[in-house]
Amino acid sequence: MKAKRYAMTMDTKRCVACQACVLSCKAENDLPDKGFRDWIVQETRGEMPTLSQENRSERCNHCDNPSCVSACPTGASYVGPGGTVLVNQHKCSGCKACIAACPYNARYVHDEGYIDKCTFCMHRVQKGEEPGCVDVCPTRALHFGDLSDPQSNVSEDLKKRRHKVLEPERGLDPHLFFLV
Amino acid sequence: MLNRRQFIQIGAGTAGVAALSGASTNWWGLDKNPLHDPGTEGEKIIPTFCELCFWKCGVLAHVKDGRVTKLKGNPAHPLSLGKLCPRGVGGTGLLYDPDRLKTPLIRRQSKRGEQLFEEATWEEALDLMANKMGQVREKYGPEAIALFSHGFGGAWFSHFFKAIGTPNISAPSYAQCRGPREVGYYLTYGQGCGSPENIDIENARCITLIGSHLGENMHNTQVQEFADAMANGAQLVVVDPRFSTAAGKARYWLPIKPGTDIALLLAWMHVIIIEKRYDIDYIDKHAAGFTELREHIADKTPEWAHVLTGIRPELIRETARFISSFKPASLIHPGRRTTWYGDDTQRARAMAILAALLGSWGRRGGYLNTSKLDVPGFPYTTSYPEHRPQVDRPKPSLYPLADEVLASGVCDATIPGTSSYDIKAWVVYGTNLIQCLPNPRQTKKAIQELDFIASIDVLPSEICGWSDVVLPESTYLERCDEVWTPDYKVPFLAVRQPVVEPMYNSKPGWWIAKELAKRSGLEDYFPWKDSVEYAKFRVTAAGYDCDELQRTGVIVGQGAPTCEEEGLALSFSTDSGKIDLYSKPLAALGFDPLPQYTPPDEAPAGMFRLLFGRAPVHTFGRTVNNRFLSLITNDNEVWVNAKVARDLTGVGILKTGDRVVLINQDGVRSEPIAAKVTERIRGDCVYMIHGYGHSAKGLRFARGRGASDSELVTQYKVDPIMGGTGMNVNFVRIERATQADEAGAARVREGAA
Repeated sequence: MKAKRYAMTMDTKRCVACQACVLSCKAENDLPDKGFRDWIVQETRGEMPTLSQENRSERCNHCDNPSCVSACPTGASYVGPGGTVLVNQHKCSGCKACIAACPYNARYVHDEGYIDKCTFCMHRVQKGEEPGCVDVCPTRALHFGDLSDPQSNVSEDLKKRRHKVLEPERGLDPHLFFLV
Repeated sequence: MLNRRQFIQIGAGTAGVAALSGASTNWWGLDKNPLHDPGTEGEKIIPTFCELCFWKCGVLAHVKDGRVTKLKGNPAHPLSLGKLCPRGVGGTGLLYDPDRLKTPLIRRQSKRGEQLFEEATWEEALDLMANKMGQVREKYGPEAIALFSHGFGGAWFSHFFKAIGTPNISAPSYAQCRGPREVGYYLTYGQGCGSPENIDIENARCITLIGSHLGENMHNTQVQEFADAMANGAQLVVVDPRFSTAAGKARYWLPIKPGTDIALLLAWMHVIIIEKRYDIDYIDKHAAGFTELREHIADKTPEWAHVLTGIRPELIRETARFISSFKPASLIHPGRRTTWYGDDTQRARAMAILAALLGSWGRRGGYLNTSKLDVPGFPYTTSYPEHRPQVDRPKPSLYPLADEVLASGVCDATIPGTSSYDIKAWVVYGTNLIQCLPNPRQTKKAIQELDFIASIDVLPSEICGWSDVVLPESTYLERCDEVWTPDYKVPFLAVRQPVVEPMYNSKPGWWIAKELAKRSGLEDYFPWKDSVEYAKFRVTAAGYDCDELQRTGVIVGQGAPTCEEEGLALSFSTDSGKIDLYSKPLAALGFDPLPQYTPPDEAPAGMFRLLFGRAPVHTFGRTVNNRFLSLITNDNEVWVNAKVARDLTGVGILKTGDRVVLINQDGVRSEPIAAKVTERIRGDCVYMIHGYGHSAKGLRFARGRGASDSELVTQYKVDPIMGGTGMNVNFVRIERATQADEAGAARVREGAA
């Protein structure tokens, strides 16, 4: 069996930018007030009355070539199970090199001094549960799964739907796919 | 204690030494990457249902060490289906709000509205309240006592007030919210849309939103169905002066001139009827008054509507054809807060009639037949006393089709001599009347006329500051309430059970009502020990297993057929026994039997119509103090059209983030608020999220944040059919905020009254 490669698809057509994912993440991961592992972007283009809008729930892209991991001087940032990009709190010195290296602005300084970010809720995934943001989403706009499995929901999404990633030109091979 | 950095330095150094000495490099586990578990999974998971809004979704509460760590959607509950909206997730922000009412309060020396209280025991507060209410009962009769209520816990108080013998039991959710819609649909189909609404968004192939901003109002199940429908290829038409989140998904967005929806609806009917695009068989079989309707719309051409609505005639034709091409699964969403312009029942009628032309009532993808589980009531041996008629309208002939008590009318009847008798005491449960009745000045004036006013709430909202006695209720996560068996396409029974013990000196509503009854000589009306005994009795009498219900939180039953496709036989309890396109009851009362367009007032020069709506993370003003929810949005903005903002009279160039104040037609000046300059709104109106601009001292987080739309709603137009208060009839001009404005807001934030 191929090694797992976790990924997320985010359906911009379903999303209503309600922020349930953001609050669910905060509650699930007991984040400090100023800490956000995911966030909503609502982008409007055009001029009245010809307007278009895109709603995105954004977070760490769990890249295949994670610039944050390369930038980390202590080895605290690492590639964990299923290709997820994680931070070992105990190794992190809080130097912020990873924050500078991440084009997605996915990391922040936790109140306790270490750098924190989305973990794809690995503590839930390992128990067979979905990440907190996916679990709550009232529009079912978020899918989490294994890209190595061609039958997985995320693989199916990418086969069926037009999709994009953010900042593709950086060559980081991000694994958060936006269905458009 | 070492700080983190020292710890890491020492750790790294020691690990290095250890490596040199050839010992394990696992020392302190520093080179391992243990998966961090935040530890929020509950030791106990208790099902209950939400009260952050009126939708009442099923919740699974995770409890650890006696604290609620997180709230999840209950997969078994038909309204949550395992999902929650942001507010539902944020219920912990209410439970652990440090500003909660913690003990009963009594106003002694201070004046009403000064927000100065003395802490009291429950004995003192309840004795005083029962005594004061008793005095009013004795002196003026029980009808002089009014209850205003919002939320599911109000059931205990309605029961108590009926036992007292007053008919003046009202909720602003009627005359200030969904009332016109209910009456409009009732007149047409013999029943209203109810709550949750009887609509089949899930199976609709085309959805038309008239001013409803679904997705910004997070009615969980509706939003779920909306997303599913869109994913399945449903089409969307949005009629809204503002480019709402929903409009961003629409095939057609019609930025209509505010207040002209009826003209558009009539023109759509014109096209659909003239071009014979309506469901001919359905109308022949089920509707009455089609000939009159056809005559009525004969001159309501798209060209006629164009001048009024600002929507091009060809676009009106195109959208009418588009909407009708999906019939009968073409859903005209009935909306919810429909109190806009005072002709709202007629607009609801127009929407209901359009839905009939599309043949969508009783059809899949349209309006469904709902059913309810049969749960016997508690077998009280007492009956409610006779009483004088309700006092919510100055003359009994006014607002003849109101089928609930008008909260605004009860407020009016508090001004002596307004109605057939005067209201002398208010009890306010879970509703901040200062923000939800129009014209707060009038509400405060009425309060000054009262012999007594008490409020029962979780948080010290503005209305508490105007009360003589304030009673702290436990939150929904700390109490057992009435069992809930709503009408829905899937009938179900849900229970609210306590998840944690009541905090502080708060008490559940059932206990408060029972104690008040005991002190009022009405203990016979509360023969049960507690709400659990009461609920268990009802559930058992209905033949359900209480233990099972405690475990699951919900029991789902077998529904009746919901639509013709499932074998439903359509029937209508209207005047004609059919769908009343033409309404004889309206004609008999002197109202238009078919909806007529009434032109809205034009904005005075340099002014903009004030529109307001919802944010997905907030419910009215009730959640603005919720610090958890406010991590997302803790302020409101005023939306101003981008072109208008380029050269705004008296302001110059307005940019997003600029601080402004709004001054309405009566000279009321708002709190300072940030501008949001955007292409997403027409140039003749401005928009803000309702519920901000709190002034209550006790709301230490919410006070002084954003601006209050309620304070600017000094005018309203009363719907002559049912007494709803149309509130979208105020105009504001924009000025830059001065230092004095900002200083005023800063004082409120610091806690000045």
